[in-house]
Parts: sequence; C-alpha cells; structure tokens
Amino acid sequence: MALLYNQLQSLKVEGCSISPLFINDNSTDTTCEKLMEMNVQFLDNPINIGIGGTVQLGFIYALENDFDIAVQMDGDGQHPPKELYKLLQPLLNDAADVVIGSRFIDKVGFQSSTLRRLGINFFSRLNKFLVGVSIKDSTSGYRAYNKKAIVELIEYYPDEYPEPEAIVYLANKGMQIKEVSVVMNERLMGISSIRQFSTIYYMIKVSLNSIFLHLKMRSNG
Amino acid sequence: MDKIQIIAIIAVAFFIGLIARFIVKGKLRTEYSIIWGLMGIIFLVFSLWRRSLDLLAEFFGVYYAPSLIFIFFFFMIFIFLIHLSVVNSKQHEQIKKLAQEIALLKERSTNIQKK
Repeated sequence: MALLYNQLQSLKVEGCSISPLFINDNSTDTTCEKLMEMNVQFLDNPINIGIGGTVQLGFIYALENDFDIAVQMDGDGQHPPKELYKLLQPLLNDAADVVIGSRFIDKVGFQSSTLRRLGINFFSRLNKFLVGVSIKDSTSGYRAYNKKAIVELIEYYPDEYPEPEAIVYLANKGMQIKEVSVVMNERLMGISSIRQFSTIYYMIKVSLNSIFLHLKMRSNG
Repeated sequence: MDKIQIIAIIAVAFFIGLIARFIVKGKLRTEYSIIWGLMGIIFLVFSLWRRSLDLLAEFFGVYYAPSLIFIFFFFMIFIFLIHLSVVNSKQHEQIKKLAQEIALLKERSTNIQKK
C-alpha cells in the first residue's frame, strides 16, 4: 500500500492534478493505522459493506468533491499507476465516458490463469450478447470514468463481483465504453475477491445479475 | 376434552402470550403484530372448536383434513418468507447507503479537526 502510494505521489499526467483516495472497508488489520501514518486522504467504513459499496463510495466522494475523472485501481499491486495515462487519454479527448484497462488487447504483462481467462471470456461474450459492447477484459478493475459516468454509478453499482455487471449497466445508460491496453502485474499481496471454491457461484450470480439488470433497464426504458 | 386438545390450548395460550409480550414491549412492528395476532386467533379457534377443521376440509372437498393444515401453512409461510427476503434486500441497500454516508462524514469531521 505504501508502495502504491509512493507511485501515485510521484505520478504525473500532463494537464491533470491527481489526488489518491484510499478506502478501508472495515478491515481488522492495521490498514487504518498505516493510512493514518501516511497522512493520505482516506475513508474508513464503519461496517464492512463489500467491494461494490466501497467502490461506489469512491464515486460519491469524487462527485461531492467535484472531480472531473474518477479512477478505480486495485490496491494489491496488480494495476501499475504508470499505466494510468493510457486510461485517461480517451476521457480527456472526449472519446469515451468509461475506459477499461485491459490485459488482453496486446497480450503483454501478467495474463492470469487459463481457467480465469475462460471465465473472463465468458463474461465478455455475455456482455456482447446483452448490450453489444465488446470488452475483452471484462473483470478488469482498472477503470477510469468521466463525470457523466460517475453520476450514473452513484445511482447504481453492483454489490458483489461488480465489474462485468457494471459494463452492462453503463452500456444501458448510453455510456461510451472503451478498452485500452495496459500492462498488469501479478498480485503482489492479498487474495483475489474471486476464490476458487466460489467460482461457479460467482459465474452464475454475475450472469443472472447482468441479465436481470439488463431486462430491468430495458423495460424501464 | 381430550388430552391433546388441552395441550393444544396451552400451546396456543403460550403463543398468544409470547406475541402479546412482544407487542407490549414494542419489539414487533405493527404490521407484523397484526399478522401474528391473526395467526394466534386462528390457532385458538382450531384448538377450542375441534370440528372446525373437519367442516373446513369438507367445504373444500379435502378428504384428509390435516393435509388442509399443511397446505394452508406452507402457503402462508412461503409468502411470509418471500416478504422477509424483500424487506431484507431493502434493508441491505439502506445499510450500505448509511455506511457510505457515515464514512464520508467521518472523513469530513477529521478534516475539520485538523484545521
């Protein structure tokens, strides 16, 4: 985390000022003390609200503090901050509302296991089938949003395993979604929120969520 | 009066007493008090007036009277469980919103203290 913060601190993208925000989702370890020591902007959830609610909290914070762009990034070292400018470029050029960092476009850097790639591919096909948007790295959590997208995400963001479903939601809201190639690392620490034993549950749940959400949004117009 | 009828009446009395206690102590919301109160009254009628079940079964054309109880209560319990799932989903959403709001307020108050 300290490493990530240092990288973010030294990060510069032309024409942008960056302010990192950390959110502790009620971790019982020393996350909070470390954040306090580092003297960074952080939020501390009073109870554990899960990945979806926590990421959404970041969006709420971004809107309340009138940021133009919000970036979400895994804190476990998977998403190198030095790749950030690639995500921001399409937003700054008004070429997209949502930009997703993808490992699979140029197939460089960490590529994940075969099984996981299979799952990711399944979701990207499901997304394409539902909303006609083709995002190869459908579970990537390295994403950047402009204000238009932030406003939509505050209305709704899925609770668990939110990434593939968020694509369905945003596409239904008429957001322009673009995928750009980034180089990702292997996770340095921590464990994935997608664990082995719950994989089937995860697949079914996200698929159903996506389909239900799509039908709901379609019927509401 | 049969032994079983006495047991049934005692059980129903206990059930009604329990509900009354929860209502008095304010531990049950009014809408649930109504549902459980009605349940208590239905139980009471059946335990005091034994022939009522047979009459009801005859009316509905059910040959085996006790199966009427099963079908009725399975149905009621299912509906109620679905209702509780809906309530639970709504509360889940509300709790998440509250937690987000608290986290933002906490940050704001520490920022004010720093200044």
